[in-house]
Amino acid sequence: MIKYLLKKEFKQILRNPFLPRMIIMFPFMVLMVFPWAASYEIKNLNLSVIDNDHSSFSRELTQKVISSKYFRLTDVSNDYKQALKSIEKREADLILEIPAHFEKDLVNRQGAKVMVSANAVNGMKGGIGMTYLVSIVNDFNAGIIQDLMPVAPVGSSVPTVEIDSRYRFNQHLNYRVFMVPALMVMILTLLCGFLPAVSIVFEKELGTMEQINVSPVPKTTFILAKLIPFWLIGFIVISIGFIIAWVVYGLVPAGLFSTIYLFAAIYILAISGLGLVISNYASTLQQAMFIVFFFMLVFIMMSGLYTPIDSMPEWGKWFAAFNPLKHFMSVMRSVYLKGSNPIQLSKDLFALIGFAIFFNSWAVLSYRKKN
Amino acid sequence: MKQLMSFIRKEFYHILRDRTTMLILLGIPIVQIILFGFALTTEVKNTEVAVLAPTNDEATQRIIDKLNASAYFDVVTQIHNTNEIQPIFRDAKAKLVVVFDDHFAEKLRHNGKAHIQLIADATDPNAATSFTFYATNIIAGYQQELMGETKNPYQITPEVKMLYNPQMIGAFNFVPGVLGMILILICAMMTSIAIVREKEKGTMEILLVSPMKPIYTILSKITPYFVLSCVNFATIMLLSVFVLKVPIAGSFMSLVVVSLLYIFVSLALGLLISTITTTQIAAMLFSGMGLMIPVMLLSGMIFPIENMPMPLQIFSSIVPARWYIAAVKAVMIQGLGFSAILKEMGILALMSTVLIGISLKLFKVRLE
Repeated sequence: MIKYLLKKEFKQILRNPFLPRMIIMFPFMVLMVFPWAASYEIKNLNLSVIDNDHSSFSRELTQKVISSKYFRLTDVSNDYKQALKSIEKREADLILEIPAHFEKDLVNRQGAKVMVSANAVNGMKGGIGMTYLVSIVNDFNAGIIQDLMPVAPVGSSVPTVEIDSRYRFNQHLNYRVFMVPALMVMILTLLCGFLPAVSIVFEKELGTMEQINVSPVPKTTFILAKLIPFWLIGFIVISIGFIIAWVVYGLVPAGLFSTIYLFAAIYILAISGLGLVISNYASTLQQAMFIVFFFMLVFIMMSGLYTPIDSMPEWGKWFAAFNPLKHFMSVMRSVYLKGSNPIQLSKDLFALIGFAIFFNSWAVLSYRKKN
Repeated sequence: MKQLMSFIRKEFYHILRDRTTMLILLGIPIVQIILFGFALTTEVKNTEVAVLAPTNDEATQRIIDKLNASAYFDVVTQIHNTNEIQPIFRDAKAKLVVVFDDHFAEKLRHNGKAHIQLIADATDPNAATSFTFYATNIIAGYQQELMGETKNPYQITPEVKMLYNPQMIGAFNFVPGVLGMILILICAMMTSIAIVREKEKGTMEILLVSPMKPIYTILSKITPYFVLSCVNFATIMLLSVFVLKVPIAGSFMSLVVVSLLYIFVSLALGLLISTITTTQIAAMLFSGMGLMIPVMLLSGMIFPIENMPMPLQIFSSIVPARWYIAAVKAVMIQGLGFSAILKEMGILALMSTVLIGISLKLFKVRLE
């Protein structure tokens, strides 16, 4: 019986003038365009400098800052008010204010201050910009100390802690490597969430649901027949994703493709199951779309795609644990960047299996053959 | 005029008599703004740290305590050799490993120099940059302690000020973006089926043979959704000000004016989708799924537009959310006045005319 139902489902999808094209085009468009947009790589920060000292030190510091690859000098302001104006006009992102007597204080061994103000309307950008600027000031300071500090007699010097930092898995701190796998997850989620959500309610609105309801098709068979096409669509979509990631961005997973396929297979079941549950409860297409839109947006925003989950309040972390997207997202990133295997990812594996069973049983149970 | 009023009334009935849908439409923004407002922050906090200290002594202990005491780090585990670093990262047990020299305190005392290596999981490059910076600062703080009284006479102290959001509260960063995103998506999804539904149900023919002018049909379709969207805007505003504690720093009136304009643009966008599609499914997928990614990524809500390559910057300027979010940030967070958002207002006004114009043109074609 399932054979005929599947035949019907595939025909319904393939003969729709819109769906097959969208299933192919959507991953292409998203993956070709948006990884270029999704970048937090902060360079070319616009800097407004207020130099109240006009000394060789202050000029050296300014020079050092703007010769780094991160900053671009937009203007030299006379006072803070003027600099703030350029921030308001969005011409500057940061202000570096060097106070008067900067050089004199340093030479006179009094210590000196500089003021760094960052526009924190975009918190990430402001934060990173501030980090870079402070690091450069510290570098400059180290140079000054070396130049000015009289050679200390051996043994009497203050002990120093040397720090060096290494970055693993993404040495060049390339943001695209981080975003492409995540965008693949997002595409998969949207397609395999939205489409099942409309598939049952669509039949309700069309009136063909009644024919199914009076047929001897068991509930489970019906849900399974709805599920399998999306399963295949998901596989096609993720394979397209693999190819684009490789051809366009030169990205191949450090781990195995089979690991990703395994997780994807379970994940698609989970997310499509949720879609079917929504479809069962909704009475109009519009309702189904809005509810699935609600869940998709919440899942995406709370998945760690853009903002770190560690920084969320405690309830937010709990919430994230019940978000299938979060699990699959971290799996994708781990496999792509760290080469993790299913045993290391067993926690996510069990969570996803749990979601798949939960949502699909619910879909079967909530499907009523009576109106 | 009387005609128009009765059509508007008809459209209101369409919405008001479908209680469930209306509750969904009004409920979605409430839940989302609260969830996102409280949970989203780009600040890197509570980073899990693993420590590799071959010799546990008072100096390493002091540094570990300092790390642990800060809001940025939680020291979760101690490891004993470098082979354990890779598995720690791979199993996501920690994001930062702090590796001390062996005999750290002794080296510090006798050689005057000891070494710490910070190894970061750079899967998320920006988080890695940030927490490495924080860790470096905290260890530098220990260095200060060592110096004690003998203050470095050549020290340059950077005084840092985060403008407009000194405490780096996530809601300040995300409320304008979330507001822009929710409004445009819900508005566009609502109106996107307004015309196509009549086409599917066959009632379009009745509309077409009625003496109504197309512009009236379009206006009557938009009006009830406009009212509904204003209610949504009001709830989002109330929640952000009173629950999320994001004050409106600038003029409230400018915020209202630009928001009404934006709602109109979003509704017009949905209407345009409705006139060019032939099925409800296509219209809904187009407005819900198709708009979601561009609005999220090209609006400056998360990723700054200035960092994008030129073609994308140009592309992003046709996303209405980009201009609206910029205006909301200027008024609500930066506290600027009406004159600061004139450009955004102008662009949004232009967009609404163009969108309505195109809908009207396409609508007419179908009349013939």
